[in-house]
Amino acid sequence: MQQPSPETRLRLYADMVRARYFEKRAYDLFLQGLLKGTTHLGLGQEAVAAGFAAAMRSDDMTFCTYRGHNHTLLRGAPMDALMGELLGRENGICGGKGGSMHLTDVAKGAMGSYAIVGAHLPVAAGAAWAAQVRDTGQVSVCFFGDGTTNIGAFHEAVNMAAVWSLPVVFVCENNLYMEYTPIDEVTPVEHPAADRAPAYGLDGIIVDGNDVDAVYEVAQRVLSRARDGAGPSLVEAKTYRHGGHSRADPGKYRPDEEVAEWMARDPIVLYRTRLEEFGIQPDELDRIETAATAEVDEATEVSKSAPAPGPDTLMTNVWADGGSAWRN
Amino acid sequence: MAELTYRDAVARGIAQEMERDPSVVLIGEDVAKAGGVFKTTAGLLERFGPERVRDTPISEEAITGMIMGAAMNGLRPIGELMFSDFLATCWDIVANQIAKTRYMTDGQVSLPLVIRTANGGGARFGGQHSQSLENWAMAVPGLKVVAPSTPADVVGLLAGAIRDPDPVVFFEHKALFAGKGEVPDGEIVDALGTARVLREAPDITIVALAAMVPKALEAAAELAEHGIGAEVIDLRSLVPLDTATLFASVSKTSRLATVEENPRLAGWGAEIASIVTEEMFWDLDGPIVRVTTPHIPLPAADELEDLAIPSVERIVDTVRRTMA
Repeated sequence: MQQPSPETRLRLYADMVRARYFEKRAYDLFLQGLLKGTTHLGLGQEAVAAGFAAAMRSDDMTFCTYRGHNHTLLRGAPMDALMGELLGRENGICGGKGGSMHLTDVAKGAMGSYAIVGAHLPVAAGAAWAAQVRDTGQVSVCFFGDGTTNIGAFHEAVNMAAVWSLPVVFVCENNLYMEYTPIDEVTPVEHPAADRAPAYGLDGIIVDGNDVDAVYEVAQRVLSRARDGAGPSLVEAKTYRHGGHSRADPGKYRPDEEVAEWMARDPIVLYRTRLEEFGIQPDELDRIETAATAEVDEATEVSKSAPAPGPDTLMTNVWADGGSAWRN
Repeated sequence: MAELTYRDAVARGIAQEMERDPSVVLIGEDVAKAGGVFKTTAGLLERFGPERVRDTPISEEAITGMIMGAAMNGLRPIGELMFSDFLATCWDIVANQIAKTRYMTDGQVSLPLVIRTANGGGARFGGQHSQSLENWAMAVPGLKVVAPSTPADVVGLLAGAIRDPDPVVFFEHKALFAGKGEVPDGEIVDALGTARVLREAPDITIVALAAMVPKALEAAAELAEHGIGAEVIDLRSLVPLDTATLFASVSKTSRLATVEENPRLAGWGAEIASIVTEEMFWDLDGPIVRVTTPHIPLPAADELEDLAIPSVERIVDTVRRTMA
């Protein structure tokens, strides 16, 4: 596989930084009471989203979970519309009807954030099946957490995808905790996704999910395999969330040494160091960070000043006719 | 005009749509090589090939999830759930994902798909293979709910469901599979949300669905011998609901009985009764009565199941009591 080009490397860095700053702002807005409900941040896991997004074709399809801000943003969804959705404003990508856990931008191939664990694996497989039947060459990429490997839909979907040789890539972001519980306390194998892969005739692929180059390399490989008709892959990316499971969960159930060890392996810090070693000037990387801050500021201002969704939108888009009537 | 069984009408309806639209595909357990456990899909594999008619593992979440994903990406898929009771194994996909996605994405996602499933009692299968679950589907915003009572309606409503741009749960009734009826030649397409008045009469409106329709018609014939003119309406779909046809009938008869296979609590008849009470109260000459299955799981033994599911006799008795 080819090494990332200098342009790709800068994109990977910019993408991780944009996702990081977006989510840090989302967290601030949550603490200020402007972001309601709940929010599940992928802080620390940006390399998985960035590495795959950069390797995907524009018509490939991303399916992600409630921890899906990164994935949706990095497929190209406009940041202001994502922020508007988090804040429940009229400019939201789903008009305020989805919220943090349901970001979707079909025009960009971000086919939805699914908030019931496991549900989107068969959906992603189905989209891949349609790509196979219609011979479009698209690949469906489905991101999920380690906890998902213990729910039935995971096994149904991976089995079906393998039997039908579907162009789908399942990506487990193993951040070591299923919500508040260590995954190894509730799973009989060391690698919850990779160790299950052989049961479905697949290779167990493990990648350092905090090394964006490594993710990008694996992504290229499994996407090509799917596009070439060789069937699905199941990738386990080892990573770590910097915060808790959701909202204001401080994640105190995690040992301090473990947190410190992973914080030292922050994918953005690691990558900045590597890029500087490759001779990229710190100024250039600083400019990327400044631009990301400006983008987040702009998205925040636009969304804070956007009106609430109009009351007339409450009853729209239940049906394809745009309405919600169930009787004549 | 040909005489077809209800089960053969299913295959005819699917074939009609697969013939005209190459994006229509069918998956499910035993639907291809075996032609379906109820033989409702016999001959489709041979006619349309293994890419469009495909057997799946026993994986209801995968079946329903995959038709959802396929519908998002350009197909018009039909997924079969062998028994409607199995909806419980994939209710997350059906109720949380398929039903809500258009709304939650504010119209970005269309899901033109059909979930076909064998519904209803009478076959002595016991509590986990006999339920009538159309009221489950009716309770979830975003699902259309269809349940035909005749072979001709199977073809027409199936075509209407497949062409519909929204997700449809299509309940085929097990007790009707062997029954025969006249089916017109050529293409048949029915609009969802159109009830049908099957018998006109002045004294009471009996509203029924699926296997309760022939029983309601039989009861109406018996009631006529007692001097009661019962009008019979086949709702055909619960969502969309054709209240116009219902109201026109009740405004004439001033009385209403519903006949449903759902267990008593929150069966669809309760919703019909509520709507008519709220909007036509002053037109009514008496209380609306519901004939339902009691609020119990269905038993397997012949005598017990027959006692549980509404019978012609129970419909006649209930109507006579309310007319007395």
